[in-house]
Amino acid sequence: MTEHAPVLIIVIPLMAACLNILLGLWKKELSYPWAVLVTAVVFGLSLLLMQTVLSGGTVHYRLGGWAPPWGIEYVIDHLNAFLAVIVSFIGCIVAVYSRRSIEKELPGKQVYFYSIYLLLITGLLGITVTGDVFNIYVFLEISSLAGYALIAVGDDRAPMASFNYVIMGTIGACFYLLGVGYLYMVTGTLNMGDLSRILPGLSHSRVVYTAFAFFMVGTAIKMAFFPLHIWLPAAYTHAPSAVSAIAASTMTKVGAYVMIRIMYTVFKPAFSLEVIPMSAILGWASAAAMIAGSVLALGQKDLKRMFSFMLVAEVGYIVMGVSRGNSTAFTGAVLHILNDAFMMACLFLVAGAVRYRKNARNITDLAGLHQEMPLTMLALFAAALSMVGVPPTAGFFSKWYLILGTIKAGEWIFAAAFLLSSLLNAVMFYRVLETVYYTGEPTPKRQGGSSAAVNEVPLTMLGPILVMAVGVLVLGLFSGRIIDTVIRFTVPEGF
Amino acid sequence: MTNMEFIIGKYNYWIYIVLMMIGFYAMIAKRNLVKKIVGMNIFQTAIILFFVSIGSKKGGATIPIIRAGDEAVNAAQYINPLPHVLMLTAIVVMVSTFGVAMALILMIYRKYRTLEEDEILKPGAET
Repeated sequence: MTEHAPVLIIVIPLMAACLNILLGLWKKELSYPWAVLVTAVVFGLSLLLMQTVLSGGTVHYRLGGWAPPWGIEYVIDHLNAFLAVIVSFIGCIVAVYSRRSIEKELPGKQVYFYSIYLLLITGLLGITVTGDVFNIYVFLEISSLAGYALIAVGDDRAPMASFNYVIMGTIGACFYLLGVGYLYMVTGTLNMGDLSRILPGLSHSRVVYTAFAFFMVGTAIKMAFFPLHIWLPAAYTHAPSAVSAIAASTMTKVGAYVMIRIMYTVFKPAFSLEVIPMSAILGWASAAAMIAGSVLALGQKDLKRMFSFMLVAEVGYIVMGVSRGNSTAFTGAVLHILNDAFMMACLFLVAGAVRYRKNARNITDLAGLHQEMPLTMLALFAAALSMVGVPPTAGFFSKWYLILGTIKAGEWIFAAAFLLSSLLNAVMFYRVLETVYYTGEPTPKRQGGSSAAVNEVPLTMLGPILVMAVGVLVLGLFSGRIIDTVIRFTVPEGF
Repeated sequence: MTNMEFIIGKYNYWIYIVLMMIGFYAMIAKRNLVKKIVGMNIFQTAIILFFVSIGSKKGGATIPIIRAGDEAVNAAQYINPLPHVLMLTAIVVMVSTFGVAMALILMIYRKYRTLEEDEILKPGAET
């Protein structure tokens, strides 16, 4: 059992997704507990994998017993296990949350929703555990296809948003596939470990340059990196609440993971940062992403749309850290993958709760909501502090490392971009929190009684929101330990 | 002359690039959603051509099945089957993408009664 954990983490949700349809035909109510159970089991397995990696180093799993260059190999090191834990944890929490919100938003379609949801989890986890570049393409498409379908069942504008995502996502995936093709042309292998051994000898081949360019553009589209982000705000705004939460918190992060793998495992830092000036290109693009994302978010009325633009800025943070080429910034980027997953999940879950209770989506509709939904708004407050980067919260620590990293690289202008983006976040959340706490009629007196105003969302929704909010604080307090036990080992050699 | 030989000798790669650009253009510039999907299919088909090209060999190379009499495996005699196999997987992915896109088009058509992007986007400024 334990030695098969790397493949079970994919096989279980995949099989469960198919079984769920049959289960749903028999008893409709079963699909929700089934999805929660499966995601919980997968989370347990990912913890087990993390434990194995922490105690025994990198895990290699040969699919079907075929030796690596010929067969597909699953490789789990600290970075993979880290991502798998994040994805499966958020997948589990959002599955718990989804019950009431999907009941309201997609009545009668729960069975199909949970099947596709499990497929999405399968795809995302598949990307995190595989050590084969073509296999990543397949899982990338499994997760994206599930994502297209889940986004399309949102509100009125969702199909069109999803269609644009299909077009952009397909271009991204095809570029990635072309990158795989060009690499295969010169190396004859698809295994990441094998590629990283062969490629240094080919670092002046034009075919390898072409492959690298295709990989970068492909992953940049998939992770909504700034100039290629246009599909994201519409798609995540119009998707069902639970889908926005899982997609915003994990899909972009997994894209960032693929970029890290391509840049630093398949190609070496010596190639990505020295032969090709990726550091400067990605640095300026991510500075633009941070500023543009924050500025565009300022202009939004819709809560989820504002969060989506913030997500674009956050992707810029991560790429900035990844491309700086020193260990401090890289540590910050990997930590920010974790923190941002929690913050984004928290924000989108709160937006979903507001939509569930008030059927509202604009920031102005939040007026005075702290009386009606005190705990939900407190969670929003915690996530907001973290997004701004106020010390005890998680966001502060990753931003600290990121800014230190840019200073270490001597790039003050990028450090300034971080500060400006954080400042803009502060302005934005000031506006939101002011609406929540200081506007609206004071204590609307209803005929029911004095304190009948408290009208929180159901426990299955409130619980996940609070878990995420507490998570943001706890991750902040334990960030030192997380860095020492896991992230320290993810920094690529040569930094 | 060498330029001509370069172009003619690798014509399959040139066709792949031309096809890919046709598909790319259709996906980005066409305003009709079905045309966009057709462009997407051309784009993906171009990639299949590319992969099949990198696996093929000229001069009598054949499928990699070793006959009873053959002793040593001479790589020049055999076509590399792996890119073709990759494309089988990629075709499955492409068909699924096509299916999802067609389903989306159906949803969009039922909602707006048109498939022209301009008309769909007209009523609201934001998408």
